[in-house]
Amino acid sequence: MADPVARTTVRIGAGAGFAGDRVDPAVDLAAHGALDDLVLECLAERTIALGQQRRLADPDAGHDPRLHARLAPLLPVALERGTRVLTNMGAANPVAAGRAVRALLDDLGARASVGVVTGDDVLDVLDLDAPALEDGRPLREHGEIVSANAYLGADAITPALEAGAQVVVTGRVADPSLFLAPLAQRLGWAPDDVDATAAGTLVGHLLECAGQLTGGYAADPGRFDVPDLARLGFPFADVAADGSAVYGKLDGTGGRLDRHTVREQLLYEVTDPAGYVTPDVLLDLRGVRVEDAGADRVRVHGARGRPRPDRLKVTVGHRAGTRVEAEISYVGPGAEARGRLAADVVATRLAGLPLAPRIEVRGGPEDARLRVAARGEDPTVLDAVGHEVEALYTNGPAGGGGVRVHRTPVLGVVSTLVPRSAVHPRTTILEAVGAAA
Amino acid sequence: MLLHDLAHCRAGDKGRVATLTVVPYDDDAFPELVRALTAERVRAHLDPWVAGEVVRHELPLVCALQFVCTDVRGGGVTVSTALDTHGKSLSSRLLAIEL
Repeated sequence: MADPVARTTVRIGAGAGFAGDRVDPAVDLAAHGALDDLVLECLAERTIALGQQRRLADPDAGHDPRLHARLAPLLPVALERGTRVLTNMGAANPVAAGRAVRALLDDLGARASVGVVTGDDVLDVLDLDAPALEDGRPLREHGEIVSANAYLGADAITPALEAGAQVVVTGRVADPSLFLAPLAQRLGWAPDDVDATAAGTLVGHLLECAGQLTGGYAADPGRFDVPDLARLGFPFADVAADGSAVYGKLDGTGGRLDRHTVREQLLYEVTDPAGYVTPDVLLDLRGVRVEDAGADRVRVHGARGRPRPDRLKVTVGHRAGTRVEAEISYVGPGAEARGRLAADVVATRLAGLPLAPRIEVRGGPEDARLRVAARGEDPTVLDAVGHEVEALYTNGPAGGGGVRVHRTPVLGVVSTLVPRSAVHPRTTILEAVGAAA
Repeated sequence: MLLHDLAHCRAGDKGRVATLTVVPYDDDAFPELVRALTAERVRAHLDPWVAGEVVRHELPLVCALQFVCTDVRGGGVTVSTALDTHGKSLSSRLLAIEL
């Protein structure tokens, strides 16, 4: 149910900053943060291509494999406190993810409705002759295409919120849009209010990596000390109707939130501070101010916006062969020289094969590790990389040990732009069993 | 003096493009960073890990310098054979620059 009267402030939290993030700080934040909304961002560029491959093997798969492990402890706590939860853990299969959430809620006896946002998957309509933004070559020249997903914006999420969904599951949406949509809905921001939209986008940008705002990824002992890093708390923001926000974290949690941690995250992955592009707005960060506002509290304001782009970015996943990585260690006097000799041996043995191996000796003079990595299509050729490193045991320099060989299927990612008219977001509401439609 | 003594840095990645955000511990040191840490110096220091151009943005209101590095060696996160496929360790490499 939409709020009948627009609010003056909204508290929104970050419950995950990537697919591998911790679960307990999110549960802690939901239990003690008095949140209106909690967002779990779990979908990196390549993740959806991996999900698409799992979906081809199993029509019920393709969403985030940790969906149940992440939401089972979180949803009862969040829903009991009236906190809405939004996540892009639908990945390549939001419909199956929505059903899994519905089943989880039914098991809990929870009546909350689930909103599922689809329409980001544009693989069937994508023009494979269109150029990739990265290199200008047609998409189809990048290997077998396995996925194509448009970055949907906040306007794709709003209908689920308006319909009263308390859990919203999406596939590919722009990360900040997951935050902007609930803020705009609660604070009554119109989509064409570019400065409010920019402010909400900035909140999303700062929160989307969760612990990266509260001292995670920043600690550098003796230089940038972060208290109690093992119990890093996740951040929340109190967002005012004018778009200004005060960021905080729970008392008693580890980490640190100050102008330094916020400044680092403010520009994270920003290639143009004058125009950070999302489906919702062009965010201009040049006038943003970041001010310490007490212990673990930071005030941020000054975002400006320009109208949203006419076209949507599409991430296209393609098969890119297999990567093999093989390593062996040498320690003690002369370790580095033996490592370099091993590198020469492997380079000689692999010469003539159709691959371009990366051969490097890492570490220091008395603890050196040879690493050989290559990417290719032919399994026989790739096998040779592992075999030649392993063969150093009895055929290489003295004292080699600790051989490890890893093979990983590689998915590449390129992008393209499509007109908005080619993308049709849809919303499905999954009510509790027996609930009135 | 190393940049490490004066500032902290975070790397972000967008395919073959890396962003490096440099923020001084002391706001008063920002003008010194603006003077010393030019795009040319950063480009030279990160060679050969960065093969393309380096563009610098100044954000005086938050005392930050933003370096946008193109053509990060290895081909980006998804297909690289580098150990750090993202280029996330570029931030620490940059902090080793002598000022």
